Amino acid sequence: MSRPHTPAIHARGLLKRFGEMRAVDGIDLDVPRGMIFAILGPNGAGKTTLMRMLATLASPDGGSASVLGHDLVSAPQAVRAGIAMTGQFASLDEDLTGRENLVLLARLWGFRGRTSRERADELLAAFDLSDAATKQVKDYSGGMRRRLDIAASLVVTPGVLFLDEPTTGLDPVARQSVWRMIRGLAGSGVTVLLTTQYLDEADQLAARIAVIDHGKKIAEGTSRELKVSVGSGFLHVALADPARIEEAAALLERRLQATVQRGVEGAMLSVVAKTSRDANEALAALLAAGIELADFSMGSPSLDEVFFALTGKKTS
Amino acid sequence: MNDTARFPELRHVPRPPAPSALSNALVFGWRAVLKFKHVPEQLFDLVMTPIMFTLLFTFVFGGALAGSPGTYLQVFLPGILVQTVVFNAVYSGMGLSTDLGKGLFDRFRSLPIWPLSPFAGLMVGDILRHLIAGGIILSIGLLLGYRPEAGIGGVIAAFALLVAIGFGMGWIFIVLGLLIRTPMTVMTIGFTVLFPLVFASNIMVAPETMPGWLRAFVEVNPVSLMTSAMRGLMGGGVTSRELLLALAAPIALTLVLAPVTLALYRRR
Repeated sequence: MSRPHTPAIHARGLLKRFGEMRAVDGIDLDVPRGMIFAILGPNGAGKTTLMRMLATLASPDGGSASVLGHDLVSAPQAVRAGIAMTGQFASLDEDLTGRENLVLLARLWGFRGRTSRERADELLAAFDLSDAATKQVKDYSGGMRRRLDIAASLVVTPGVLFLDEPTTGLDPVARQSVWRMIRGLAGSGVTVLLTTQYLDEADQLAARIAVIDHGKKIAEGTSRELKVSVGSGFLHVALADPARIEEAAALLERRLQATVQRGVEGAMLSVVAKTSRDANEALAALLAAGIELADFSMGSPSLDEVFFALTGKKTS
Repeated sequence: MNDTARFPELRHVPRPPAPSALSNALVFGWRAVLKFKHVPEQLFDLVMTPIMFTLLFTFVFGGALAGSPGTYLQVFLPGILVQTVVFNAVYSGMGLSTDLGKGLFDRFRSLPIWPLSPFAGLMVGDILRHLIAGGIILSIGLLLGYRPEAGIGGVIAAFALLVAIGFGMGWIFIVLGLLIRTPMTVMTIGFTVLFPLVFASNIMVAPETMPGWLRAFVEVNPVSLMTSAMRGLMGGGVTSRELLLALAAPIALTLVLAPVTLALYRRR
């Protein structure tokens, strides 16, 4: 069905309006086959709308896109035959058992009778849900639900798997387990497009990351490229006397010509330094002004800091 | 720890030959049957109101309205069956609204299946509900002394009409379910529309004593037309004109609202 030499996803100028608001405002996207690609952005950035368009659940108001070589608008059924989507809210029938949910989907895909039950049992085993197979989904824990929801997307191995915030609301153990699952899938050749508002998730999983804010793509690259694009690194300082934090912040801003980020706790300041020489000079200036430092460090920026530098906003 | 899943072993499973639209619809019908198995209490909601109506109207008002409860029940029972089916349609709209809110339909919509098949499944569930609820009400009627003069053939024909009525009315609430996000609002709107439609009909009272303007409405009210045909089928003496008038609304609703349903479903 899918055409092998086309990219998994190819989008140009995708646009979606809700009334006056442009939820997705002209986004280009190229995702090669077999890659884990993350769309990173805060709540309301347009991530889910973008994904829903690519999964044929919402029709674009402008631009064009193809998935596995099939045009979204002119060949939606061909797109659907090659994709699967696990949305943010469990797309399962709560009244049915886990096994019945999978058998239902297997039959909709065209597996008959015994084959559909075998496929369901195979997936339940692979996702460690055999013991809960005959329990109603409403009695599942959050992590079990998410696993079943992802299993439900794999009844037929999809060419592209869409995962909308796959770990939102999960505890750390369940989260690790979903991450392993996603890596395993990509290892077997499935292209994964996931949205996330967790920077560490994008950093951990994705080969490429697109950063989205207000419906626009503001940056794209590997995690390393994004970090480099922001500058050589960050200078972090902790003041011995918290009372002098405003004075220190003003001094750093003046010397380094960059916005200073205030730490969550106490007298921590972080600021982009273009070169390490700049950083050294800024430190010397602080000391010359009599501002004593409890601690300081230079580091390549985290994705959090990248995001801040790109959008001027904190992520959490 | 629930963390030993063997994901890398997942084998590549190609898509089997695409199933037919009918097969898709039957799978959704199977889902409706499973729902009965897992949530049998939904039937309780469906039959309690009509059972109460049957008992209250027969014994409280029956004597005053028709001379005796027994005489009243002969006229009232076919009508309460119509009322049951019309009210039941509201529950299927609520069910759809609930499904849509949970994202379940997003999964169905991203599958390469016949787009109307989930609704065909809802309809299968509805028809089962109508038959079960109708059967329970008829049994209670028989216990209370109701006698269908047209015999078993008449009852079967009446139930076929009942299913057609339920099918037609079902579209209204599928459309409402698609348009309205909260199931409670679907219910409120549903009953706000249905109460006048059901009470300003010939189900409970003969229209002769009503003021002229109301009688004019009662006589063209589709619920009255359906009730007259049900009485004719179960009691004997139905005319083909009565049947056609009873079927007019369900047929018109299906012709108009099935395409609307598809358009709304695609647009969401």
